[in-house]
Amino acid sequence: MMKKRIILVALALGFVPACASAAALAPPVAAACTGCHRSGGDPALPQLAGRPANDIVAAMDAFRSGKRPATVMDRIAKGYSDDEIAAIATWYSAQR
Amino acid sequence: MNARTKTRRQVLHGAAGAAAAVALWPRPSAAQAAPHIVIIGGGFAGATCARALREADEKLAITLVEARRTYTAPPFSNAVLGGLRDLTSQQFSYDKIAGAGITVKIDTATGIDPQARNVTLSNGDKLPYDRLVLAPGVDLRFDAIPGYDEAASAQVPHAWTTDGTQFDLLRSQLEAMADGGLVAIVSPVNPARCPPAPYERASMIAHYLKTKKPHSKVVILDAKDSFVMQSLFQNAWQKLYPDILEWKSLSSGGNVASVDVAKKTIETDFDTYQFAVANVIPPQKAGKVAALAGVTDRTGWCPIDPVTFESLQQKNIHVIGDAALAGAMPKAAFAATVEGKLCAAAILSLLAGKAPVPAKLVSNCYSLVAPGYAISTTSINHPVNGQYVDVEGSGGISPLDAPPAYRAEEAKFADAWFRTNTAEIFG
Repeated sequence: MMKKRIILVALALGFVPACASAAALAPPVAAACTGCHRSGGDPALPQLAGRPANDIVAAMDAFRSGKRPATVMDRIAKGYSDDEIAAIATWYSAQR
Repeated sequence: MNARTKTRRQVLHGAAGAAAAVALWPRPSAAQAAPHIVIIGGGFAGATCARALREADEKLAITLVEARRTYTAPPFSNAVLGGLRDLTSQQFSYDKIAGAGITVKIDTATGIDPQARNVTLSNGDKLPYDRLVLAPGVDLRFDAIPGYDEAASAQVPHAWTTDGTQFDLLRSQLEAMADGGLVAIVSPVNPARCPPAPYERASMIAHYLKTKKPHSKVVILDAKDSFVMQSLFQNAWQKLYPDILEWKSLSSGGNVASVDVAKKTIETDFDTYQFAVANVIPPQKAGKVAALAGVTDRTGWCPIDPVTFESLQQKNIHVIGDAALAGAMPKAAFAATVEGKLCAAAILSLLAGKAPVPAKLVSNCYSLVAPGYAISTTSINHPVNGQYVDVEGSGGISPLDAPPAYRAEEAKFADAWFRTNTAEIFG
């Protein structure tokens, strides 16, 4: 399971830079995150930019499975596929 | 790119003529005019879209048209009515947006020509556009409730738009009210902006009455038989405001037949309510600039393609925020922000001749029931057959049996979200 996820992240990493040159905008699948998890935002809502991709994937997995207690992130994480989570993780890990 | 771009360039060349006579040769930047995106409406949707476009492409010409110099944010405004916040903490200027390289025009659009692709402002200026984004929010249907027109709202506030004076009026009426009075809230049918907000508002007013005027009551006169997060609200009300807050559903006589602002009465199908303070939230439709552009359908809302946010009725015009209609899109500030970003991405793709990528529309809407006690509803939508639908198994509402610590955590996150999101837009 974990190995598959790492491969997905690697694939997404290979894919993103080609797109990133076109625009500095987050890919649509990752557009919603910074409304809460913005760089320099509220400490209660940790920023995603610059966090290791695997940490983001692991957190989203834990929210989705219910392993990590949450208020809304469990409800949100269930709306994303593995590929989408990988793309989100890849994008934000490459941001500062 | 096409005939339309050429026309616009010709216009620009004409305008540049005088400058060229002085400069003797055209400046390189004038040789290739950047596309011009005009956005009407500077709320969560429109202002976010402007900033996302600016962030993504420094060459684009971006104009944001907004009627009010000061924006009064609707989320959390109920806490102002409850006495927990100052109205100023809801208010934002467009200075930073203008400073970011977006042309801000404090004005209203009086005409839109989708064929010629231009917007006419009230001062007579014409703004040519390559793409127009409408984010007009909602307009109130002042013809829907007999006795409640725009003039009546100067005495009985709706406090439902981004007009800050309406919140000041309602708050000052609550403060001036003698203990023992009745506060009546008239709640509208859906679709309406932020469906949980009338119930959050009732909660916040009940909190104020409980702590400051304990012999007073608040009644919700509802045009509906059910509402979002109903069991969460009702459980909280039973615990917190059992003798203060009453909800009258449509079928239990909540439907309002008329309002008399002079006599301070509200007639329902069965009763007459004598109120000390009333708050009438009329039914709604898309903000009027949408009708001007010809993007509203017979419902009064604006059907759009969920991937591009382009109107199904007019090409090159996109509609985002509360005015837009495409299935399960929530009319919420959180969703409006996401729509602003997705619409920006779609416009950039279209300008580049690429197919816009379908995305997920996330919304998370908090309601404050009491200080340190919030509940929320979350949705993740994706486009299926031209409509937004819920992603199966995702989203939902706060648990019914959550402990106080969970409600407190949600209240903390609600506050953090508001500060973070408004900083992203207006900061």
